[in-house]
Amino acid sequence: MKVTVWGCRGTLASPGPETVGFGGQTSCVALDLSDGSLLILDAGTGIRPLGMALGTDHPRRIDILITHLHADHIEGLRFFDPMWDPSVELNVWGPPSPIRGLRSRIAPFFAPPFFPVHLRNIPSKPDFRDTPTTTWRIGSADITAELIKHPGPTVGYRIEENGHALAYLPDHEPALGSDLSSVEPEWISGLALAEGADVLLHDAQYTRAEYDERIGWGHSSTEDVVTFTRRAGASRLVLFHHDPLHSDEQLEGVLARADELKASGRRIEIELAREGLTFEL
Amino acid sequence: MAPAHPQRNLILILARDLASRLATPVFVVDHEGTLVYFNEAAEPVLGRTYAESGELRAGEWATEWSPTDDDGRPVPLEDLPLGVAFREGRASHRALRIVGGDHVARAIEVTAIPLLIAEDEIVGAISVFWERGAER
Repeated sequence: MKVTVWGCRGTLASPGPETVGFGGQTSCVALDLSDGSLLILDAGTGIRPLGMALGTDHPRRIDILITHLHADHIEGLRFFDPMWDPSVELNVWGPPSPIRGLRSRIAPFFAPPFFPVHLRNIPSKPDFRDTPTTTWRIGSADITAELIKHPGPTVGYRIEENGHALAYLPDHEPALGSDLSSVEPEWISGLALAEGADVLLHDAQYTRAEYDERIGWGHSSTEDVVTFTRRAGASRLVLFHHDPLHSDEQLEGVLARADELKASGRRIEIELAREGLTFEL
Repeated sequence: MAPAHPQRNLILILARDLASRLATPVFVVDHEGTLVYFNEAAEPVLGRTYAESGELRAGEWATEWSPTDDDGRPVPLEDLPLGVAFREGRASHRALRIVGGDHVARAIEVTAIPLLIAEDEIVGAISVFWERGAER
């Protein structure tokens, strides 16, 4: 599969000269599968330029896997060009809620006063589906979703194709209430999704000092994400969901800290997510 | 490929995280009724540590502490508060007597709460208990 990052900023789109290096668009990652299928992870503002790049040459079926319904993960959906194309079969997958279905939870974003067009009038007639509790197949990939620690119903994803695995946990605080270095692996939120993954895209929003002021907000410190990656045995960590207040220069500092931390353990390749980053699995 | 260490249900992870930080004795069971955790506060009441006990299936923990009513009649699993929480999907409370792992008999009260993620889907249950006469 070919992986392309279209947005990796957390919380709030943050364009400007200080963030131009890594980008200010909120979460969106495109996966082009070997059979031609297109999977999209999250629908932050990064999905708008993705839709524009697809033009009219997009696959007839598109599957969008939403991790959760915080605005920075769905705010771009309304501006994704294929939404407005009646010939598209658009499937939007998202976390199950014990109370209401995905469609009814997303519908307010497609209704006044937040938006002029009602969801029922969107030309592509998107189909909203709760993520299954067991692994399912889309195109040539096997998808697994698991509820993970973040405020409100939130899932992480594992996508496997041709023996390679990508794990995507953009908003995740596994250290909340848990000592990641010592707790048994089955009791660590999200660890099974990331276990042995070739690439892990993981929340790394805060420095240690910032995290200590924001415990319970649903995000991870540099230290915790490196420990999590080590416990999972993932080969490559892509630091994701950058804080909107972090400049490019500050993000380089985050990477330097992560590199210091990895030096003491098994070899992990670590890099910062940035708009336009692509790699093949 | 199935993971080597499948994740426990997130609700159980959160329940254990919460219990591990409480000074109130708490007992956590999974969707099959298997005891998967009790906290440090529960150890003096149960007369043993969780490290000693480890996971116990429902049929095992239900007899491990020899629960009886106040008249000494054994209370079967289905009538224990956790059994009621599972069977009926509702909170349940009752007074019991148990014999701890330290062979000390204790009178306790237990409240069990089912962990329902949908009307018909239970992922486990927790019980909170305390020794009678030790109330604050």
